[in-house]
Amino acid sequence: MNNVTNILVVGIGGQGVMTATEILAETAISLGHDAKKTEVAGMAQRGGVVSSHLRFGDKVLSPQITAGEADLIVGFEAAESLRWSHFLKPGGMILMNTARLVPPVVDGGLYDYPADPVAEIRAKGIEVHAFDAMSIALDLGDMRLGNTVMLGAIADHLPFSAEVLLESILKRFSSRKPHMVELNRKAFEAGRRAVSADFQTAEAA
Amino acid sequence: MPYGNAGAFHYKRVPVSPNVLSERLKYRLRESRAWELSTQVPSPVASGSATQPLISPLPETPPMASASITPALAASRLLLSGNEAVARAVWESGVRVAAAYPGTPSTEMLEEIATYPDLYAEWSVNEKVSLEVAIGASMAGSRSFCAMKHVGLNVASDALMTLTLTGTNGGLVIAVADDVGLSSSQNEQDSRYWGRFAHLPIMEPADSQEAYAMTKAAFAFSEEFQCPVILRLTTRICHVKALVTVGEREVHEAKGFEKNPRRWVMVPGNAKGRIPLMFEREKALRIAAENSPLNIVEDGKDKRIGFVSSGPAAMHVRETFPDAPLFKLGLSCPVPVEKIRAFAAGVDMLVVVEEVEPLVEMELKAAGIACHGKDVLPTIGELAPDVLRPGIAKLLGVPVESLPQTPANVFPRPPTMCVACPHLGVYYTLSQLKNVTISGDIGCYTLGAGHPWNALDSCISMGASLPMALGMDKGRGETDKDKKIVAVIGDSTFLHMGMQGMVDITWNRGNVTVLLLDNRAVGMTGGQDNPANGRNIHGDPAPRVDFVKLVEALGVKPERIRQVDPYQLPVLFKTLREETKIDEPSVIITDRPCVLVDDYKRQPSYQVEDSKCTGCGNCVDIGCPAIHVNRREKVIKPSGKEVELQFVNIETAACTGCGLCLQPCAPNAIVAAVPVQTVSFVRK
Repeated sequence: MNNVTNILVVGIGGQGVMTATEILAETAISLGHDAKKTEVAGMAQRGGVVSSHLRFGDKVLSPQITAGEADLIVGFEAAESLRWSHFLKPGGMILMNTARLVPPVVDGGLYDYPADPVAEIRAKGIEVHAFDAMSIALDLGDMRLGNTVMLGAIADHLPFSAEVLLESILKRFSSRKPHMVELNRKAFEAGRRAVSADFQTAEAA
Repeated sequence: MPYGNAGAFHYKRVPVSPNVLSERLKYRLRESRAWELSTQVPSPVASGSATQPLISPLPETPPMASASITPALAASRLLLSGNEAVARAVWESGVRVAAAYPGTPSTEMLEEIATYPDLYAEWSVNEKVSLEVAIGASMAGSRSFCAMKHVGLNVASDALMTLTLTGTNGGLVIAVADDVGLSSSQNEQDSRYWGRFAHLPIMEPADSQEAYAMTKAAFAFSEEFQCPVILRLTTRICHVKALVTVGEREVHEAKGFEKNPRRWVMVPGNAKGRIPLMFEREKALRIAAENSPLNIVEDGKDKRIGFVSSGPAAMHVRETFPDAPLFKLGLSCPVPVEKIRAFAAGVDMLVVVEEVEPLVEMELKAAGIACHGKDVLPTIGELAPDVLRPGIAKLLGVPVESLPQTPANVFPRPPTMCVACPHLGVYYTLSQLKNVTISGDIGCYTLGAGHPWNALDSCISMGASLPMALGMDKGRGETDKDKKIVAVIGDSTFLHMGMQGMVDITWNRGNVTVLLLDNRAVGMTGGQDNPANGRNIHGDPAPRVDFVKLVEALGVKPERIRQVDPYQLPVLFKTLREETKIDEPSVIITDRPCVLVDDYKRQPSYQVEDSKCTGCGNCVDIGCPAIHVNRREKVIKPSGKEVELQFVNIETAACTGCGLCLQPCAPNAIVAAVPVQTVSFVRK
């Protein structure tokens, strides 16, 4: 099954990880792909780790991505991006939000939050592009746009065009929250720009 | 995206009453599937005609045999989880009664079914009740369905073990969801044992499409053999979304109940007559399994190993060893031994890949078929590709490929209670009590065993907190003679299996203080309705259980029944101390809603005034995820003792203003937040 694309979306319960993956799955299906999406729900909802696996292509068998097989990791949270980085295949890429969500066990002093997760990932020789999705969403006036910012950020690194992805996001909103369509379009574009800016910086360096 | 998950996982109530159901269904099909290729309702062409074959075959191209996209009618191709696929098939199969008690990963089946028209759906008070409701409906000649998680079938097994003698009238399917990999359960067990124990057929789908097809096949099978069919799912079926080609609903009217005591009244004289029939049926089932189209042989060119597998494990095998022959079990109990014997003859070695116990392996070995299985594969957890590869490599004597990257060392992120959860105050208070043993139960409040409360000492099974507390009381030795014994149980768990323990405590004069945390919801599974909140599965008004009257009726003295607001810490502390001191059964009821349900009203949020915070860390002990430590400082007290100060801030966007943290804050550093402050994350 060589033509299957593996995308791992990671974050914590409540961030919209599963919704983002579902939108990606819907987009893949609308283009005629077979797709499977899986994650561990249950107690993960209570602020725990969430990793959502999306596999699409001609025919998908196992729904799970195993370590060393993800083409792309989308990190909604800094430490989570680091936690799952070994799932990336050689030559893969991590696109991540720099937000740091500190759990009570860290607040309580039982564990430390990694000082610089981005640098730690980079030190492993992994191509990583980081951006502050929350600030972008807040600049647009609504924290909840963070999810769309994330999708915009990865839009140019998928085996389908950014426009198709944008279309399925907007379609979702047009039936449920029509007033949010324009803001989501802006959030999507802002996410796209943030990553392409990071790419240019990386190239210049 | 606040840190807390109170908003994001807000339970979406489905307020439907029968007269608006069909409108709702149209909405589901037209609007909510906005991503469908076409927005038309599914065409009846997709499901075939009304005269279905007895066992509906799987889609013409079996999912695993094809390497190309199966063309399907656009409008009938849906992205469904296994649970949603089962729900759809239950509705299409003409089921008239469906019942369940919520439990991960099975919950969404009934949640989905309740949104379909033309059938009766209910949350039952426990799994045994749900099965008995389904049995009654089947006796009346209706197709019926019940769903539960693996441990739920333990509860329902009393009914199951006699149901296998009476058999069924209307088709009856029991979906049982095993939590393979233990994402949200107290144990990992293999429900396929029930097929052997109760001599009943088991079907095991491997993805959403098969979950849909086998559910439909199971109803036909149940009616053919007049026995219930167990549909065995696992987390990787229930919660995996995949494409499903769906059809339309068939109508199956109730056949009517025929009085027949020799069949339905299982007294010894009648039951004796039914036992031989059960074994006759098992013989017929064995023949059916040998010939079932649900058991598929997929040939492969690499004959070194032939695999026998079922469920998600079969998908993992196909993924990992694309060239190996695979015997994929769909109707996995009774095991089609002769068909597998023939398959084994064509390969060098036979390996059984099953989650999780070696059931098929043992039966094959007993039949004289040499095979490997649990000698090379684990008897715990999922048999995903990364687990299969090393096990099989060892068997073949080839080296195991190492991973390109090693896992990073990152702090654990255990599940937490929600921001403003009414249990926070209870566990904060319990953690302050000295010399107390806390017998716990199953629900969100089991998290009280974790950081920072460490205020729960046991968790075994639904309702166990009360009888175990009684046992601790009666069995205490000299070292525990002054221990206070507290049992903590939620509203839904109390109604599920806690009441019996309560009677046992009052009847036998146990010295136990029961904390009944009534949050008016089944919280851990997503805030489902229950008899304690006065709403049924559709969110419509329903009679509400009065816990004060109930526990009084169960024998607790009226003056020993206390109702307390769990957000009033001093009152809670005082009440707990008083009641634990008294040497007789008492019940403390807290009655504030789960933050995930509609009953919860958000209040204005709070913030910390930095200049006033002394770093005492008292508020951190509440365990609210909206409170963050932003600075630590080590100081030497006048006594010479070194202490660490924790200066905090409150994630205002996540805070819902419950006011718990204000109460232990000595310097009054926690004040109302400036309105519309959208601080989202702590950046250290």
